[in-house]
Amino acid sequence: MGPSGTGKTTLLKLISGQLKPDSGSIMINEQNVHQLSRKNLYALRQKMGMLFQSGALLTDMSVYDNIAFPIREHTALPESMIRTLVLMKLNAVGLRGAKDLMPSELSGGMARRVAMARALALDPEMIMYDEPFTGQDPISLGVLVKLIATLNQTLQLTSIIVSHDVQETAAIADYIYLLSAGKIAGQGTPEELYSSDSAWVQQFMQGKPDGPVPFHYPAQDYQNDLLAH
Amino acid sequence: MKFFHSIGQISLQSLAKLGRSTLFLSAIINSLGYPLLRPKLLIRQIYSVGVLSFWLVAISGLFVGMVLGLQGVYTLSTFGAESSLGIMVAASLVRELGPVVSALLFAGRAGSALTAEIGLMKTTEQLSGMEMMAIDPLKYIIAPRFLAGFISLPLLAALFSAIGIWGGYIAGVELLNVDVGAYWSQMQSAIDFYDDIVNGIIKSIIFAWIITWIALFEGYDATPTSAGISRATTKTVVNSAFAILLFDFLLTALMFGTS
Amino acid sequence: MMQYKALEISVGLFVSAAMAALFFLAMQVSNFNALQNTNSYTLTAHFDNVSGLKTKSLVSMAGVPIGRVTEISFDPENYDALVKMRIDARYNTIPSDTSASILTAGLLGEKYIGLTPGGLDEFLQEGDAIELTQSALVLEKLISQFLFQSASKD
Repeated sequence: MGPSGTGKTTLLKLISGQLKPDSGSIMINEQNVHQLSRKNLYALRQKMGMLFQSGALLTDMSVYDNIAFPIREHTALPESMIRTLVLMKLNAVGLRGAKDLMPSELSGGMARRVAMARALALDPEMIMYDEPFTGQDPISLGVLVKLIATLNQTLQLTSIIVSHDVQETAAIADYIYLLSAGKIAGQGTPEELYSSDSAWVQQFMQGKPDGPVPFHYPAQDYQNDLLAH
Repeated sequence: MKFFHSIGQISLQSLAKLGRSTLFLSAIINSLGYPLLRPKLLIRQIYSVGVLSFWLVAISGLFVGMVLGLQGVYTLSTFGAESSLGIMVAASLVRELGPVVSALLFAGRAGSALTAEIGLMKTTEQLSGMEMMAIDPLKYIIAPRFLAGFISLPLLAALFSAIGIWGGYIAGVELLNVDVGAYWSQMQSAIDFYDDIVNGIIKSIIFAWIITWIALFEGYDATPTSAGISRATTKTVVNSAFAILLFDFLLTALMFGTS
Repeated sequence: MMQYKALEISVGLFVSAAMAALFFLAMQVSNFNALQNTNSYTLTAHFDNVSGLKTKSLVSMAGVPIGRVTEISFDPENYDALVKMRIDARYNTIPSDTSASILTAGLLGEKYIGLTPGGLDEFLQEGDAIELTQSALVLEKLISQFLFQSASKD
C-alpha cells in the first residue's frame, strides 16, 4: 500500500516482467523473471493472473469469449469442456448470467469481476490485483473484498494486492508493506501497522489530512507569493 | 546554443523512433504466420480495413474518372485528339491516380482507425492484459491487421482504377460523344499489362506496407492518454501522406523512368 | 456469431468485386489477352535507321495490329539496327518475302512497323528474318534533302 504515485503499479509491472528493472532482480519460484527467455516468461505468466485497474477486457468479444480466450489460446481442449470451465469461473464471481453481454454493457464492478474470472481461467498459482477497490460503490466494494478473500482461501493462491484503500485491504491482507516515494516506509501485519509508532504510518493508516506528508505542496511563503506582483 | 540543443534532441529522438519502428516491423514480420493459421482473425480485419473503405474508394474513383474524362476531352479536343481519351484516362489511373489516391484515402480512412484502435487498446491496458495472459499482442492484434492492410489496399486500388476508367467512359463517351471504339481500342493498344497494370499493383502493395506499418506503429507507440492518441492519429495521416507521395516519385522514376 | 457470417459474406463480395476489377483491367484495358508469350512467335529485321521506334511499338499489317516490337539493339557487324518483334500466333501465314517499313501514325505521331505482304507460298517461321526493310523517315534529313534539291535546281 502507499499513496498515489509512489511506484506501486510499477512494482507490479516489474514482478510480472512487463518492465525491466535498472538494477536488482526479481525471483519467482526461484527464477529470475528478467533473465527468462520470452518463451519461458510466457510460460511463467500462464501461472500468474493479473487484474488490471480498468479490467482490460477485450472490447470486441463477449464476456464468455473473454474468459474462454486464454483457455482457447493455451490449450487444445474441446469447446464443450471450455464451456464448462468458463461457466465455472463465471459462477465463482457470480456473473454466470452475464456471459453474453459485451464489456461495454458491464458496470465497473462487474467488469472487474469478469476480469477476475479471466485471470483465474488458467488456474494460476499467483494473482496480482492492481488497485481492485478504486472507484467502486460500497456494494461492489463489498463483493470484491469478499471475492478476493474467498478465492484466495479456497484456491490456495498467492495474492498480491496493490491498493490505497486501507480498511478493505487491511481486512483481508496477511502482511502489508507500505511504500512511500519508492521506498518501504513500514511493514507488518495489519494490527502491527495500526499500532505502529511511526508518524508517517499512522498518518497513512488513519487517513489524516496533515502530518509528515504536509497538506501543502512545497511552495514559497504564502504572503510573499500573494504580494509578489 | 539552445537552437543546436533542440536540433540534437530532435534528431536523437527521431533516430530512436526509427529504431523502435524497425524492431516493431521485424517483430510483425516474424508473427505473420499466426494470422495465416487463423483465417477468422484475418477476415474480421479485412472487413474493417478493406470492406469499410469500399464505398469511399468506389465513389472517389468514379468521380476522379469522370473529371479526367471531362478535362481530357476539353484539352485533347484543342489538338483534335479526342480519340486518345482512353489512353489518357487509363494511363493516369492505372499508373498514378489509382495507387496513389486510393492509398491516400486508405491512410485517412483505415490508417487513422487502426492507430486509434491500437492506441485505445494500449490506454485501456488491453495489450498489457494480453501480455499477462501470455498471449503476444503482436501476433493476435497487430499481425492480422498488417496482413489485412496488405491484402486490402491493392484490391482497393484495382477497384479505384477500374471504376475510374468506367467513370471516364461515362463522361467522355456518354456525355461528350467520344467514339466508343476509339476509347477502348486506343486504351488497349497503349496500356501494357506488365508495365502499367502490374507496376501499379506493385506500387499499391508498397503503399499498403508503408501505411499499415506507420499506422500500427503510431498506435503501439502512442502515449496512452487521449491527447496522445489524437496526436498519433494525426501523425499517421500526415506521415503516411508524405511517405506515399515520396515513394510514388521514387517508384515512378524506377518503373517508368527508363522507357 | 450470426454477425460473423454476414461479415464473411461482405468480405467475400469485396474480394470478388476486386478480382472482377483486376480481370477488367487485364482484359478490357490492357493488351493482356492480345499478346501472350505462349501464343506468339518472334521475327527479326535489320533497319538502317530506327529513329523514333520504341519497344512496345505496334507491328501492323494492312492497318491491323498483329504484334509488338520487343527489342531494339545495335548490330556491330552490319552497323545497323536489329529489331525483334513478337507476332500473334494467329497470323502465321505471312509470306517470307514480306517487307517491313517504319511508318509514322499521323504527321508527328508514334512510329510503328508496317508489314507489306509478298507473294511467296513459304511463310515466315519463329526466328526468321525479314529481308526487305525500309528505314524510318527522319524529318530533318527529309527537309535538308528537299532544301538541297531545290538549291541545286537553281
